[in-house]
Amino acid sequence: MTAGSEFTMRVWRGDASGGAFQDFRMDVGEGMVVLDVIHRIQAEAAHDLAVRWNCKAGKCGSCSAEVNGKPRLMCMTRMDIFEPGETITIAPVKTFPLIKDLVTNVSFNYEKAKEVPAFKPKAKEADGTRRMYQEEVDRVQEFHKCIECFLCQDVCHVIRDHPENKPAFAGPRLFVRYAALEMHPLDTNDRLGLLKQRAGLGYCNITKCCTEVCPEGIHITDNAIIPLKERVVTEFNDPVVWLLRTVTGRKRKTADGAGS
Amino acid sequence: MAAADQFETHEYDVIVIGAGGAGLRAAIEASAQGARTALICKSLLGKAHTVMAEGGIAAALGNVWPEDNWKVHWRDTMRGGKMLNNWRMAQIHAQEAPDRVLELEEWGALFDRTKDGLILQRDFGGHRYARLAHVGDRTGLEMIRTLQQHAVHKGIDVFMECTMQRLLKDGDRISGAFGYWRESGRFVLFKSKAVVLATGGIGKAWRVTTNSWEYTGDGTAMALDAGADLIDMEMVQFHPTGMVWPPSVRGILVTEGVRGDGGTLKNSDGVRFMFNYITPYFAAETADNEQEADAWYADKKNNRRTPDLLPRDEVARAINSEVKAGRGSPHGGVFLDIATRRDPDYIRRRLPSMYHQFRELAGVDITKELMEIGPTCHYVMGGVRVDADTTASTVPGLFAAGEVAGGMHGANRLGGNSLSDLLVFGRRAGLHAAEYANALAAAPRVDDGEVEAAARTMLSPFERAGGENPYAVHGDLQDCMQALVCLIRVEPEMQQALEKIAALNERLQHVTVEGNRQYNPGWHLAMDLHSMLTVAEVTTRSALERKESRGGHTRDDYPDPDPKFGAVNVVTRKRQGQLTICQEPLPAIPDELKPILEEK
Amino acid sequence: MATEAARAGQGRSGPRTERRDLWWVLPLTVVIVFSAFIIYTTWAALQDANYYRQPYLSPYYSPCLATHCVHTTIGIFGSWWALSPAILILAFPGGLRLTCYYYRKSYYRSFWLAPPACGVMDARKGYSGETRFPLVWQAIHRWFFWASLVVIAFLWWDVIEAFQFHDGFGIGLGTVIMFANVILLSLYSLSCHSCRYLVGGYLDRFFKAPVRYHMWRVVSRLNARHATYAWISLFSVALTDLYIRLVASGTLHDVRFF
Repeated sequence: MTAGSEFTMRVWRGDASGGAFQDFRMDVGEGMVVLDVIHRIQAEAAHDLAVRWNCKAGKCGSCSAEVNGKPRLMCMTRMDIFEPGETITIAPVKTFPLIKDLVTNVSFNYEKAKEVPAFKPKAKEADGTRRMYQEEVDRVQEFHKCIECFLCQDVCHVIRDHPENKPAFAGPRLFVRYAALEMHPLDTNDRLGLLKQRAGLGYCNITKCCTEVCPEGIHITDNAIIPLKERVVTEFNDPVVWLLRTVTGRKRKTADGAGS
Repeated sequence: MAAADQFETHEYDVIVIGAGGAGLRAAIEASAQGARTALICKSLLGKAHTVMAEGGIAAALGNVWPEDNWKVHWRDTMRGGKMLNNWRMAQIHAQEAPDRVLELEEWGALFDRTKDGLILQRDFGGHRYARLAHVGDRTGLEMIRTLQQHAVHKGIDVFMECTMQRLLKDGDRISGAFGYWRESGRFVLFKSKAVVLATGGIGKAWRVTTNSWEYTGDGTAMALDAGADLIDMEMVQFHPTGMVWPPSVRGILVTEGVRGDGGTLKNSDGVRFMFNYITPYFAAETADNEQEADAWYADKKNNRRTPDLLPRDEVARAINSEVKAGRGSPHGGVFLDIATRRDPDYIRRRLPSMYHQFRELAGVDITKELMEIGPTCHYVMGGVRVDADTTASTVPGLFAAGEVAGGMHGANRLGGNSLSDLLVFGRRAGLHAAEYANALAAAPRVDDGEVEAAARTMLSPFERAGGENPYAVHGDLQDCMQALVCLIRVEPEMQQALEKIAALNERLQHVTVEGNRQYNPGWHLAMDLHSMLTVAEVTTRSALERKESRGGHTRDDYPDPDPKFGAVNVVTRKRQGQLTICQEPLPAIPDELKPILEEK
Repeated sequence: MATEAARAGQGRSGPRTERRDLWWVLPLTVVIVFSAFIIYTTWAALQDANYYRQPYLSPYYSPCLATHCVHTTIGIFGSWWALSPAILILAFPGGLRLTCYYYRKSYYRSFWLAPPACGVMDARKGYSGETRFPLVWQAIHRWFFWASLVVIAFLWWDVIEAFQFHDGFGIGLGTVIMFANVILLSLYSLSCHSCRYLVGGYLDRFFKAPVRYHMWRVVSRLNARHATYAWISLFSVALTDLYIRLVASGTLHDVRFF
């Protein structure tokens, strides 16, 4: 793409009562991202165009939208991936109720976060420290990379196409959070029962769209959801574990993975 | 009709404005003290600028260098701040930072580890020892997420996307705050015994900045309007390494961790030019040859620190000089090289988000190519004048913590001292605001007239027909500050800036917004412009007042530090709508601490 | 702010998808390839002939458990078993693949159309995921994993036997194909998510369990390529059977290298 190409930006305008796409012909300079173009529209053509953004560097996860139907961060979508002259559709994320233009009500995610049982560390060691080792924290640090853009929540068909599941399903972002806590080397809380029931881990059919859209490259399905599913299987669905427990009288495993 | 009936009203003991590191920590503490606490933020929870902090949290844990302790940290902070710091704040900060970091771990944070399983610490500019607790190059994210989740579990009331515009007073003391919901545009009134300001900085008044749209100086301007003192507002830090190309990413932060992990600055001749910019002040502790500088990373006992890691003001000025001398990079910066100095695996492991940021936004592979970087507006050291121990401002009931408060960092902030500042003084602000509120017998009264006047002012852009575009006014302010009150300052330019700011203030009176009150960024910007123009004016006036060069404040017409100015704060007040600027003496460093400063 | 209505509320309505790329190519390819595999495998398993030509035994018929097998591995099922011996054994690798996390993703997308592709609306109105019978028993995957290890042990034995020609030690094209196939099948089984969990993924503290940590690391690395192994081994197992079938039926002559 050369500097100064022209594009048609087809931007959703409207609120909960309705709306439509509106076209803006925009000049685009070198290195510009979709969010830059949206800002230009805002400054030049539509001062009240509503859009969320903060860092403009892929670190805060505010500017989530659907660009040509794909959930993306606008600040990390370069204009030079498109053909000059192309019409680019910018729509608000679909899974959450619309507020205005590109801004949606994402409180679903914050409400679900309140239901996660807190981190509960085990006692300190005799010398007063808490020792953890890099090989242990590596796995959980991947989950802590989450910038809460909620693109995974947006693309997840369990709630995107079936909003009636919202009360019973926490969604990929929250599964990553559950995984971070469950696999934390020092945590002692047990959330497996909750995951199976109220958080609705079973609704996930591991079709991996969350992983595909994650701008942080977190392997949501392989590293968070499936290991959690396996842990839930051990707790609730494994006949051999059940039989062994019955025979040996052993209790459920503790959160640090010992036993069983 | 009373304001309370007219507007959505909430009553609390303590409201905390701003939900970055300082605000979250303050709210957690105030709530733990039993105060009814509300946390109010302009963006969604967890999106505050703290999330952008990359390098780490400075705390003398002594995990990597047992020689490290609070005294060394205090010394580094004071020297880095060119002795303009409030010594007591710097002392409290150095003493309490380790506890605050360990507390984060208690709440679930996962820092990178040493071989012994303790928190790993990394080198940063101006710190004598590897001191920064970190998580790769996304420490701020780890910190804000940990605090956010802790606050959520504690059940603190959070008001997201809610912007405060005015502090309210009953006589001379704080009685609440007034603002609007961004989503609906409806007004909201908070009646509160105490207010903690944790609104961050002012960087959005400049064109090239690391700061997000939120950094409009709301807290600074609200405090000034409410009668609080501001100090040293001329002290603005330009981070030496921001991206410069392509234009749309100009200013985005490149972490100092790149240099902490072995990166070096080079000019267009391929020369490591920082060796030519070692000032006498730091000569004794800085390596003067490449061999020693490179050996220092592994052996700090027998080698002096690389000049690439001089404090940020020194490095930013050096880059500026190289560019001016014609030895810059193609797009007006200089080169930052880690590709030839560390292997690709190390770079990707230590600096994953830098790798990602350059690959995605600039098409540069930092494991193979040089980065192009240049100075970018990053942080304001000055701010609301606070009591060191309690963070109380000069207005009873008003507290301030984090970037909005002044004094802690003096004339220049060391990298890593910001995150620890947020934690240490955030906690103290919450604690003392709660104590203040609990000790107050009756809730202060809210003046209905004051609230209604504020509401009228806020709605005025809808009602007039001036036709001025808020985005254009903002753009012109940014260009003005970038051109005239930037890294290198001179009196005639700053006088010119004051004239321009006055003209912009005039244009602000004619700003018109289209559309309705529902989520209207044009209207939001029109309201933020008041704060930005206020802080721009205060910064410029303070910069005129300080006729010397020190830290973040460099005057071409007064190129040297002046001991007379080194002993004073530049204080700004607003009385009857008029700004007054004066010099007041710094708090004196006690004799028993002075010897620490002289230690080599 | 966060009202119940807002939480449960649906977002903007729109078409099934606003994607303009060729999102339907992948699910369509999967349907065609999987269907072809299932049809071929069913036909081959029911044929009950042409599955052995010394020293090659088709993986579809190994281990061969009926006494009437052309090449009986262990004669557990007597002459009363009249059906193809492949049926006795195919349930295990079949079950492994049917409950495999990767194949689940593939067939939920391509056959169930839930969802057909990311950002493309589900074909069905209702959805309960894997919360109810029978899909809740996808959890049985780990037992198919254990069983597959037994089957794979037999396939390795078959490879060793494939070096034993009637005139002594030798290597034919069939030997090479069988060898490659068993490697791919092993990689597929060992890279599965259940294996990753069972060797060490269930631990939270790796420091105290270095052996399990290293096994978990190795399996994790394999697991990243699980989908690739799933595809390649699907082709390799069918082609191995096809080659042996063609040789056994006399259509092809085996190439001897040694």
